[in-house]
Order: sequence, then structure tokens, then C-alpha cells
Amino acid sequence: MSTPQANLEHLPGSAKLLLGLGVVALAAFPWMGSDFYAQMLTRMMILAIFAMSLDLLQGVTGLVSLGHAAYFGLAGYVLAFVTPAGEPVGLWWTLPLAVGASALAALIIGFLVVRTHGIYFIMVTMAFAQMVFYLFFDNKALGGSDGLYINFRPTAGWLDLENKLVFYYFTLAVLVAVYFGLRRVLWSPLGRALTGIRVNEHRMRAMGYSTFGYKLTAFTLAGGLAGLAGYLWGAQSGFVNPELMGFHMSAHAIMMVILGGMGNFAGAIVGAFAFEYLLHLFKDLPTLSLGGSELRLGKHWQLWMGLFIVALVILAPRGILGLLQHLKARNGAVQGGADEHQA
Amino acid sequence: MSTKPESVLLSARGLTRRFGGLAAVNQVSLDLWRDRIHAVIGPNGAGKSTLTNLLSGDLPPSEGEVTLLGHAMTGSPAEAYSRRGLGRSYQKTNIFLPFTVWDNVRLAAQSRERHAPWNPLRWIQDASKSIAVNDRATRAIELSGLKNRRNTIAGTISHGEQRQLEIAMTLATEPQVLLLDEPLAGMGVAEAERMVDLLLRLKPHHAMMLVEHDMDAVFALADHLTVMVNGQVIASGSPEAVRTDRNVQAAYLGDGH
Repeated sequence: MSTPQANLEHLPGSAKLLLGLGVVALAAFPWMGSDFYAQMLTRMMILAIFAMSLDLLQGVTGLVSLGHAAYFGLAGYVLAFVTPAGEPVGLWWTLPLAVGASALAALIIGFLVVRTHGIYFIMVTMAFAQMVFYLFFDNKALGGSDGLYINFRPTAGWLDLENKLVFYYFTLAVLVAVYFGLRRVLWSPLGRALTGIRVNEHRMRAMGYSTFGYKLTAFTLAGGLAGLAGYLWGAQSGFVNPELMGFHMSAHAIMMVILGGMGNFAGAIVGAFAFEYLLHLFKDLPTLSLGGSELRLGKHWQLWMGLFIVALVILAPRGILGLLQHLKARNGAVQGGADEHQA
Repeated sequence: MSTKPESVLLSARGLTRRFGGLAAVNQVSLDLWRDRIHAVIGPNGAGKSTLTNLLSGDLPPSEGEVTLLGHAMTGSPAEAYSRRGLGRSYQKTNIFLPFTVWDNVRLAAQSRERHAPWNPLRWIQDASKSIAVNDRATRAIELSGLKNRRNTIAGTISHGEQRQLEIAMTLATEPQVLLLDEPLAGMGVAEAERMVDLLLRLKPHHAMMLVEHDMDAVFALADHLTVMVNGQVIASGSPEAVRTDRNVQAAYLGDGH
């Protein structure tokens, strides 16, 4: 592993402004934009919650999980299991149940995987996620390869998620709450210790920290929050399938976090929106006619996305937010260090 | 402090560590007393750093036992040694390079908090506002003379200052036993003098083991001197006795002094 870098923990003013404007735009959108795009934004917000949950492991603690989607998908399946065919279920008991199931799975799997380091951690998180994937993929009773339908969205009195506008604002509220909650965790004794583990776990242990307990706590918390996102995903799309727990889903989350900038949760949000936007952009690329053959650029969106991420990692290793800070430092000639040391 | 002013805080019996066929440390026994500095010297490869790692729990011994403040510690992980009151510094600077000096020491001081990580209180408090932790960190920074470097990134301070930071982080965990692995290595004359002063000030309240190559510092500081060669103790006693020991003169001090 390369030498640990300082994270961009204190957000530059431009990033805060960007986030503030983003929230205002999201709050205003349903009143001016189309329903189709409102649905797409709901999806992006859900993915942003998922990406933030991964950032707690990847950006803060330095644990790159290649199986984080397992906890995302699991909560969606829990919602599918408890929703009967003919009526909606209550939001206030199914949401904690789904989140709790994901957190419990993360606790059990985490107990085994957080003992490993570096490349081994990446491999075992992926192996466990694949086990969960095939458990659902191969079992007809669990929906099999086709997955399960969720005919009704959860409800709680006036908070009826069947109403798309209510669902939109509920998701936005969850997004904002998770962001501020995780920012709080970042500056808490737990968050400081997790950051220390990322930079120098050996020294943390020599100073008396039982790093296993800290990493397991982070893994469980991240699993639970991934479950929160997965519950919303299942409710919004109305069905769940094993792909939600699959390798691609986990890998996309990693790319979102890298794209936006790691370790501050704001980057994960920016990265999730940017990733989804680029995904649609690349999928809609035109089909070119070259002589007799057709070149369907949109079909190869993964190639363009891969090239884009490679270019970004080379040009802006700390993601989009890191780029913002870099520009700020160049324009304002701000010297890093002392003056940066306040929230 | 519960123990008597003059007492053994750490004791090792028959410590051996083998790497393959090689015994890097072979049957070493020693006691560390409060208010005494126990220096360990020896040529490169004598096993001094391995001995330090065995005493701090960084490495498990192949044979032998370590007792720390009356507790049998053999086989415990390093964090358990630290929690029982052992602090160590590293020969190769081992700090949090991207953090400020203050954040390095504050994190060390935070380790003495009693809450478990899974206690939700630990997730919502503002870590920078804990008075007890800040007091501990401030004391350690002032003792080690890094006060005016508080907000500097640890990776950008001088090598000597990084050595001071090592000590500050160790002190912030409020240890009773200190294992210092070459604290003077690479320091300038003035910096080394300040470090010697600091160690003398710490001496009354700590049991200290000092691994050091700087012989002037060793003879200025040590109450007890152990000489290691090839993993074994070849002489141990007062600095005067060891200085005149014939084995030592032949094996170690011979050429250099």
C-alpha cells in the first residue's frame, strides 16, 4: 500500500457552497422538473447514501470493501419478504428491521473479515458478498435469479411512500440526515480513531487501541447504513434481484467514492451523482456508421466510464472535491496547514 | 500510583525469540525499576530492538515470560501492554505523518478513555472538546518541548522534532514503564541535550529502558547497563562495572572507545 495521505476532511468553501446549492436545487426540482427526472434523482440520492456508507470504511478507515453491496441488497430483500402481496407494510417497523438485518450481517461477516489487511481484506469481503449473492441467486424460495416483487411501498400515516413526491422528500431528508450524522461521527472519538487506523494501525495498537473493535464497529455501522439505502432502493424500484448484491454494485460504489473524493462524505454524494450522470451520458452516446459496419458507442459505456475514472485518478487523485480545493489553493494562494485547521 | 517508589514494574524471565534457526534474543532476563534508567547497548544486530518488541508485546516470545505491574502479560497483544501502563517509542519514527503535531498527541491521549468503540456516545461527542484528553495532550506536548509546533503537520517537522513527538505521544498515554528505542538517533547536539534533560525529569516517576548508541548519553543517564551481543546478555550491572568488564571490552567497547 502507498503511504497514507491526509484526507480532505475540512471542506473548502466552494464545496460547501456546491452542496448547499445542490440541496436547494434538489428541494426545488419536483416543482419544476418532470416526474421522470425526479425518479432519477431519487435513485441518485439513494446511491449517494450507499456511497457515503462505504466511505466510512474506504475513505475514513482505509478498508476497501469489494462486497459492500451485500448489505445494500439484503435490506431490500428484507422489505420484499415482509411486504404481503396485497397491502403495504408500516414504515416505522420495517425500516429498522431491514437496517438491523444488514447491520447484523455486517457484524457477523465483519467479525471474520476485519482481522485481515490490505489485499486480503478486499478478497474476503468480495468472497462473502459472492456467497450472499449465490445464496439468493440459487434459492427459488429466496426469489432465485429473477428476484422478488414489492407490490406496495411502505407507509406510515401521512408519510406514504406510495406518493412519489413524499418518497422524494423522504429520501432527501434521509440523505441530509445521514450526511450530518456521518460528519458528526468523523469528528467524534470513534471517527478520530478510525482515521488513525487508516494512517498507522500499528501505532494505534501500540497506544492501546484495540483496533479490531473499532474496525468492527465501523464495518457494522457502514453495513447498517448501506441497508438504509438498500431499503429505499427496493421500495422505489418495486422489486429486488441478486444483482443488487453483486460485484458490479460494490465496484460502482467504490468508483463513486473515488470520483467524488474520499473521507469526507460530501465527496461520496458528489461522486454518486456524477457517476450516475456519466452513466446515462455514456449510455446515450450515438451509434456511428463506419463504412458498412455500425459502431454503437453507447453499448460500450463501461469502457468510457473506465477511461474517465482512470483519467480522473491521474489528473485529480483526490476526486472532484480535491480538484475544487486545488483550484481554490491556486487562485487564493492559500497556504495549506494552520489556517485550514478549523471546521 | 499504588506501587512503592522503588519497585520492579516490569520483569522479564528467559525471553527468547527465534526467527527460523536464528535466536535474535536468547534467554534474556531483566527487571525495570521505578526511578531507574536501564540502558541496553550492543552492536547492530545484537537483538536490542527485538528485545524491545518482546517487552512491549509487538512480538510474542518463543520462550520466556513478561510480567508488567504484577500482571502476567506473555502472549497478550501490544494494546494490552499499553493499557496496563507500558509506553514505548520506536527506533524508526512511527507517527501519523499527515496529522498535525497536536492531533498526533491528542489521539495518543484519547487512548486512555474508557468507553468501548461500540458505545454510541463515542460516535456523537466532539473529540476535540474532551477536557481530560486535551489536558493530557497539552501536558505531554509541553513536557517534550513541542509547544510552538502544535499546529504543524508532523510530516514536515525536523527529524529531531519527530523524535520528540514520538516521546510526547508515548507520554500522552501516561505510562509507568517507558521503553525508548534510540530516542537520540539522528538528533543534533542541542536537541540531544534537551532529550537527556527530559529523560532525567521523567525518571523519578517511571521505570525506563533505554536502547541507545550514544555512549555519552548512556553513561550520563544509566543506573544499570546491560550489554547484548548476538542475542545474548554478555554483561549486566552498574555502568562502572560494565565499563571495566573484560568481555565487554573485547566484544564491544574495544575499538570505538
